[in-house]
Amino acid sequence: MSHSLEAYLILAVLLFGIGTFGFLAKRNAIAMLMSIELMLNSVNLAIIAFGAFTPELAAQASSIALFVIAVAAGEATVGLALVIAIYRNRRTPLVDEYASMKE
Amino acid sequence: MDLIFNAEAAGSGAGHAEEALQLVPASSEQQLMLLAVLFLPLIGFLLTGLVGRRLGERPWIISISAVLISAALATILAFSALTSADPVRYGFTLYTWIPVGDLQVDFGFLFDNLTAVMLIVVTWIGSLVHIYSIGYMEHDESKWRFFAYLNLFMFSMLLLVMADSYLVIFAAWELVGLSSYLLIGFWYKRRAPALASKKAFLVNRVADHGFLVGIMGVFLITGTMNVLQSFELMPWSETEWWIVDIVILLLFVGAAGKSAQFPFHVWLPDAMEGPTPVSALIHAATMVNAGVYFIARTSPIFALAPETMLLVASIGIFTAILAASIALTQKDIKKVLAYSTLSQLGYMFAALGVGAWVAAIFHLMAHGFTKGLLFLGSGSVIHAVHEEQDMDKMGALRKKVPITHWTFLIAALSLSGIPPLAGFFSKDAILGESFIFGWTPVFAIGLVVAGMTGFYMFRLMGKTFYGKSHVDPEVEPKIHESPRSMTVPLILLAIPTAFLGLVIGLPLGDAVIFGWLDPIFAPAEEIMAIHGHEYVIFGIDGALILVSVAVASIGIAVGIWFFGFFGLRARLDDVRALTARNRLTRGLYTATYNKWWFDDLNDRVFYRFGGAVANGVMWFDVKVIDGIVNGVGSVTQRIGDDVRHIQTGRVQNYALGIAVGLIVIATLFILLAR
Repeated sequence: MSHSLEAYLILAVLLFGIGTFGFLAKRNAIAMLMSIELMLNSVNLAIIAFGAFTPELAAQASSIALFVIAVAAGEATVGLALVIAIYRNRRTPLVDEYASMKE
Repeated sequence: MDLIFNAEAAGSGAGHAEEALQLVPASSEQQLMLLAVLFLPLIGFLLTGLVGRRLGERPWIISISAVLISAALATILAFSALTSADPVRYGFTLYTWIPVGDLQVDFGFLFDNLTAVMLIVVTWIGSLVHIYSIGYMEHDESKWRFFAYLNLFMFSMLLLVMADSYLVIFAAWELVGLSSYLLIGFWYKRRAPALASKKAFLVNRVADHGFLVGIMGVFLITGTMNVLQSFELMPWSETEWWIVDIVILLLFVGAAGKSAQFPFHVWLPDAMEGPTPVSALIHAATMVNAGVYFIARTSPIFALAPETMLLVASIGIFTAILAASIALTQKDIKKVLAYSTLSQLGYMFAALGVGAWVAAIFHLMAHGFTKGLLFLGSGSVIHAVHEEQDMDKMGALRKKVPITHWTFLIAALSLSGIPPLAGFFSKDAILGESFIFGWTPVFAIGLVVAGMTGFYMFRLMGKTFYGKSHVDPEVEPKIHESPRSMTVPLILLAIPTAFLGLVIGLPLGDAVIFGWLDPIFAPAEEIMAIHGHEYVIFGIDGALILVSVAVASIGIAVGIWFFGFFGLRARLDDVRALTARNRLTRGLYTATYNKWWFDDLNDRVFYRFGGAVANGVMWFDVKVIDGIVNGVGSVTQRIGDDVRHIQTGRVQNYALGIAVGLIVIATLFILLAR
């Protein structure tokens, strides 16, 4: 385990970048949801890292992280339900086919 | 300032008749009766209007009973007021109509001798006209509508004379205008009545605008809408005198419009397109008197503006001679009477202007009965000759319609001012007082008008009842006297026409009607510094009577000479020769026959020139104003059309936008935070 905060933050940035890229580049709705999970977890990692390196923030960081996990779970559930509902209608998981709202 | 509700002061007012009348609260019986008088016609209007169609052949039952009961109650009220020893003035507030901060308008009643006199005129003539209409409108399909409108008019007119606040009077003012509009245009399927009703309404609107602004002015100056309170506050206001003058002038504009004074006189003759009972009731006997009544009611305010009073007198006497000159040559029997009405209203305004308040109201009363009778009589004539109104197609009707003829003769003599009929007393009061008060021009012109009145009335009599018959030969054998429902009102109206003057116009110089109305006009007379003069029958006053009767007789004699009378033959050829003799007479004849071209003037000024201006304004509105508004709309639409391509509907594009935006914001933050 490294003892430098920067290392954790760099990892978090990397993960966030991968998540963003995945969200923008992937056409599959499931993959996009997974990318969002990745971004959320990278943020979580950053928060926990700040908490671990700053003793005054330890308690707050843990609780915020727990909140983020709960929200992420909820978001995944709702998002997946939506995707499945759309999939049943459109028979495709590809989001660029879902463009009928523009008119 | 509080209004003085002081019963004690009024109770002990016997010896102080000259002091201001005190307002006392009305007793509960009086309240109930006033309410019944006012609202019975309204109930009649609503019932007849709602279910009249189902009343079959007698749709007049409800409306006539309502009006008759209302008239009976009004008569009781009026008589108890007029015969009481002390001058009466009572009132009460039904409810507060508009309570907004400083502006508080009560729906209240005011009853004094002036109201009593007006009530008698309005309800009696109204009732007789209702009864007359049974016969006159017999063959009309929608007569229920006619009776409903008549009741609406009665309600409005009664509200007008009983209200105690300017705003309620204004509302009633508009209501009588509305019912007048509805009744002129009663035969709305024909073009002429529809146009005439529109003309009457529009001309009245113009004048009513002045009235409304005048009322606002009174409110701004005194801070009250109550008529009596404004009398007390107006003289003490610190407003500049010329503003007060203008406000009063605006009130006069409203009065002149309703009473069809120059230059608003053009609507009244056209209003004769309505059914004849309407002409009698609204456009001769009651509604057109609203302006006279209003000026008399607010006499303490008008007296504050001598300049406006001068204008009232000038406009009045000018209208009198203008209309009388037009009446000389008209061919339509109702048009002659219409211009005669204008002329007599001009007399009343002249009387108001010179400060002969009581004489004006006296003439209002006498003329109301007389002219109501004349119009109903002309309706009977028109009925007899099968809806023909052109006097050139009448003649020698004397024996065929005897009742109509005799009542008409009484009214014609009364209107010409022949003693001892009603018109003599009132007209003489006006002419006499204007001379005594030093208004010699008014007196002189009034005298000329009196002569013209005698002439045109007996021209009408001659062309209609005497001489040779010019009736269509096909109609000739079918001429018959009108049904009893029409002749009875004629006879009943002939009674006041003949005897009103003897009852309330005597003794000369200290007549009964002066005793009734003097206390009401005392404040105004005080302001104008008019003092009663010693009446000398064998002196100046007797001479004035002789002069006016002599002039009227000359007019009548000339009329009879040219147009015949009983056995005397008509000299119609002489008339034709006279009007065609030289350019002057020909020109005068054409001018009066064409009503001095006032309609053409209005056509030029308001229709053509005003229309051109309006078209210009419309061009500006359509091209510039609408152009700006529509331009904004179409530019927005076009931009929207182009910009909407950004909305692809793809999640990734939006997400990219969010990401880029985030990066830009973060970068800016980092850069600027340093």
